[in-house]
Amino acid sequence: MRRSKLEAALAHGVLILMVMIVLYPVLAVVQTALTPSQTLSTSITPVPGEWTLDNFRFLLTEEEGLFLRQMFNSLVVAGATTLVGVILSCTAAYAFSRFRFPGRDAGMATFLITQMFPGVVMAIPLYILLDNLGLLNSLTGLVLVYSTTAVPFCVWMLKGYFDTIPVAIEEAAIMDGASQWTIFTKIVLPLAKPAIAVTALFSFMTAWNEFILAATFLSDEKMFTVPVVLQRFVGDHSTEWGYFAAGAIIVSIPVMLLFFKLQTYLVSGLTAGAVKG
Amino acid sequence: MDVAQQQRRFAAGGVGRWIVALWLAVAMIAMASSAQADEAIEVWHAYTGAEQTALRAAASQWNELHPDRPVRLLGIPYEAFANRLTSAIPRGHGPDVFIAAHERAADWDRSGFLATLDERVDREEYFPTTVDALTVNGRLLGVPLAFKSIVLFYNADLLERPPQTTQELLEMAHSFTDRDQGRYGLAYQATDFYFHAPWFFGYGAEIFDDDGEIALDSEEGARSLEFAHRLMNVERVVPPEPTGALVAEMFRNGEAAMAISGSWFLGQIGDDVNFEMAPLPAVSETGKAATPFLTVEAAFVSAHSERKDDAAAFAAFLAEEKVARDRALTGMQPVATKAAWEHPELGEHRVLSEFRAQKESSIPMPVDPRMRSVWEPAQQALGQVLREVVTAEVALAQAENRFEIYTRPPPDPADPKPLLVGLILLVMAGLVWGGWRFRRDRIWAKMKASKPAYVYMAPAIVGMLVLLVVPFVVGAAVSLFSHVDGEFTYVGLANFLDIVLSRDYGITDPHSFYFTLAVTVGWTVLNVTLHVSIGVAMALLLRDPWMRLRGVYRVLLIIPWAIPNYITALIWRGMFHHQFGAVNRLLSFFGVDPISWFSQFATAFAANLVTNTWLGFPFMMVVTLGALQAIPRELEEAAEVDGAGRWQRFRHVTWPLLKPALIPAVVLGTVWTFNMFNIIYLVSEGAPDGGTEILISEAYKWAFTRQEQYGYAAAYAVLIFFVLLGYGLFSGQLKAKDPAGEED
Repeated sequence: MRRSKLEAALAHGVLILMVMIVLYPVLAVVQTALTPSQTLSTSITPVPGEWTLDNFRFLLTEEEGLFLRQMFNSLVVAGATTLVGVILSCTAAYAFSRFRFPGRDAGMATFLITQMFPGVVMAIPLYILLDNLGLLNSLTGLVLVYSTTAVPFCVWMLKGYFDTIPVAIEEAAIMDGASQWTIFTKIVLPLAKPAIAVTALFSFMTAWNEFILAATFLSDEKMFTVPVVLQRFVGDHSTEWGYFAAGAIIVSIPVMLLFFKLQTYLVSGLTAGAVKG
Repeated sequence: MDVAQQQRRFAAGGVGRWIVALWLAVAMIAMASSAQADEAIEVWHAYTGAEQTALRAAASQWNELHPDRPVRLLGIPYEAFANRLTSAIPRGHGPDVFIAAHERAADWDRSGFLATLDERVDREEYFPTTVDALTVNGRLLGVPLAFKSIVLFYNADLLERPPQTTQELLEMAHSFTDRDQGRYGLAYQATDFYFHAPWFFGYGAEIFDDDGEIALDSEEGARSLEFAHRLMNVERVVPPEPTGALVAEMFRNGEAAMAISGSWFLGQIGDDVNFEMAPLPAVSETGKAATPFLTVEAAFVSAHSERKDDAAAFAAFLAEEKVARDRALTGMQPVATKAAWEHPELGEHRVLSEFRAQKESSIPMPVDPRMRSVWEPAQQALGQVLREVVTAEVALAQAENRFEIYTRPPPDPADPKPLLVGLILLVMAGLVWGGWRFRRDRIWAKMKASKPAYVYMAPAIVGMLVLLVVPFVVGAAVSLFSHVDGEFTYVGLANFLDIVLSRDYGITDPHSFYFTLAVTVGWTVLNVTLHVSIGVAMALLLRDPWMRLRGVYRVLLIIPWAIPNYITALIWRGMFHHQFGAVNRLLSFFGVDPISWFSQFATAFAANLVTNTWLGFPFMMVVTLGALQAIPRELEEAAEVDGAGRWQRFRHVTWPLLKPALIPAVVLGTVWTFNMFNIIYLVSEGAPDGGTEILISEAYKWAFTRQEQYGYAAAYAVLIFFVLLGYGLFSGQLKAKDPAGEED
């Protein structure tokens, strides 16, 4: 498909406009982070008048690097959530996509229905539940809660994607004597990489940005996750915008790196190749 | 203690060992190194900045003096603080001491959270106002640490002396104001009732009268609202939409000659401004001093603490003369300990002594629990008058009416027997019917045949049932109860009837369930449509291999998704500011007059919508990008060879193939947007008058800002659930379809 120069220019124009709209508020965050004061700026150009890395320095060095420790906690929680979330949802989505069994419809529906629960009423029951499980003040408890929160979405996404992978490939493998498990791990999962990448990203973000439950469950500053720390800068009457913004930028970097990394899967086009064959 | 721990371990072992094995290794690293000293006195606070530094210094002093009973501080986000207390204290995980403002002391006392400190603390050592504020029914409930109120700040380079009366204030403000230069005489958060209170009381109005009846609706109150209106809309010496950040920024830059704010302001304005402080001026019409609220921060001892003596000792230690003085000088806290002020360093402190002076004409925030139902209506009345929607009298009458609704007595207790009988019958009927189907359809045989499917599914299903379904059912059950002071009473379906019959409001009132539902549906439909169309459009542009720099675009366009939404929501709110926001400034290039975004329903709704679209389209874009990979290019190329146009190719080739992968994302996106709380809460804050509130934010308000009516809030939540369930059933998404039959 060739494109004329005009079309290409138009496409670039649209994209550049979108990028500008996307970047403007982000630059405002960067500006706030680099400005020495703790206030929000009212200037329209998102370039700091005077700039300093003090806000970043403060975050990274205060309390003997507590923030780094908290970053590590966040990485552990988000990483474990991704792992658990993706494993649980791949298996479940595969079952929904490839098997016909009693309770299938009800199961699928339940997954969707759980997404309809308004979180407002669930915090206190969850607190009591985790307390009874002995998982209250632990990252483990958070990982469990976050991954079950992320699983329904992942299952729905993956099931949709698995459905688009032709069963013919698997039937051929069965002919060759492959077991169900081999087909799942060796054929279906590699073909579903793009969708798995999306769900992994999603699971990671679910855990990475959540703060209300984390702030309610954790009782040790050494165990806090980063969003809780960021929220600490938001007070009753005033917000320490400089630290808040600097923290926001630090928090966003791993997610962007992750996306950058997962991009290769998103564009790998594996299934397209398989269907062609 | 040991038994309890063992029980917990035992219970933890029940939740599917093999899942645990997956991440245990990773989680252990984090857990092992954070073994905590359980014997410490646990102290919770929400201090930040200098106040936190001062508290930490005091704690380490204590730890040096009492190594046998050390304290451990835990800083908790302000937003989560109150919730955390109500969750933790009744279950024995609360702190021994917590530091909070006095205004909820009566609430906490009625829920049995607070130890009485009369025998442990000498009232004489503290300013009487602060002690009185912490005394409920004759019992002292906390050690007063500091008092907070707002005062007048003025720029000494711009004004020689502070105004003594409001008349003077107006004149001085007028002479400095130059709107074209962006200069204003007075900057304060005029739309916030806390900052309006000085005028309200200065004009002689009260919130509760001597008999404890609500007295918002009064002649004096109306005069005070008219004064605020005069400042902002007639004389126009106060900037429009004055947020806390804006006030600080303007005062810092010398764009505001005067500001009204509290001790937290000091940390925001920096050292470059040559400022002075003074008590608020007297109201010229009444001769009474403008009287702000006084908040007393106190150390409370938990009634559930197992070591109340140590806890109380530490609380009292924080208020000892020397420690209090350190807190004052390091943390810039106006401390409540009288003796601390005898030292000249504090007694003649140029900043702190002004707060002490203002204390003489201030009104302690009422501890009356009903006070929590005053804010929202009072704030709305203020907003309505400043937006010139209604007269001050009408606004206050409405406010009082709202207050009555929020504080109405709970529904009568009901007899739970009918419900129990009904439930039992329902369960039995279900079992019988299920058993019959089970046998008729030979389900057991089928289940045995598809055993692998259950093995694949089991971990996900078990996790979901335990951690999502159980908490929701428990939470939903609360909707059958009313909640007063920690006591739940069964009321049957009364909460639902109230809401569904719209007993409190007319159906077209912005606060009625139906109005909010309509807003929520509109909000959801518009959002999802925009997310999907922009997301798909961007993805289609980006997948073209001819597109240069597509990797760069892709990463840049994903950014809104990568930054936590509570941060960008706050940035967007600032961008919609009437005068200083980027949006209005941009529009002015095109000759559009500045829009006051949050004063009308349509524009406030649009502001929410823009923000959420900005946040939401990258998700749809990524999903589409992923899904597009499954679509063979050759199909489209073939269509092009056959002469199909761009739109036709999309409509008849790409879209049908894209749809199955996109549908789950759309359905889930709909469900999430329906409950997208953060944006409403942070961007429009429901303005104007709660009109842009959606169901979930309304539920939140019932739970947390209006008398903790958890039952009512849960009823809202259950209704939200049923609406979404209806959507799911209606759209057919709750029926799993065969892959073959999925396409049309």
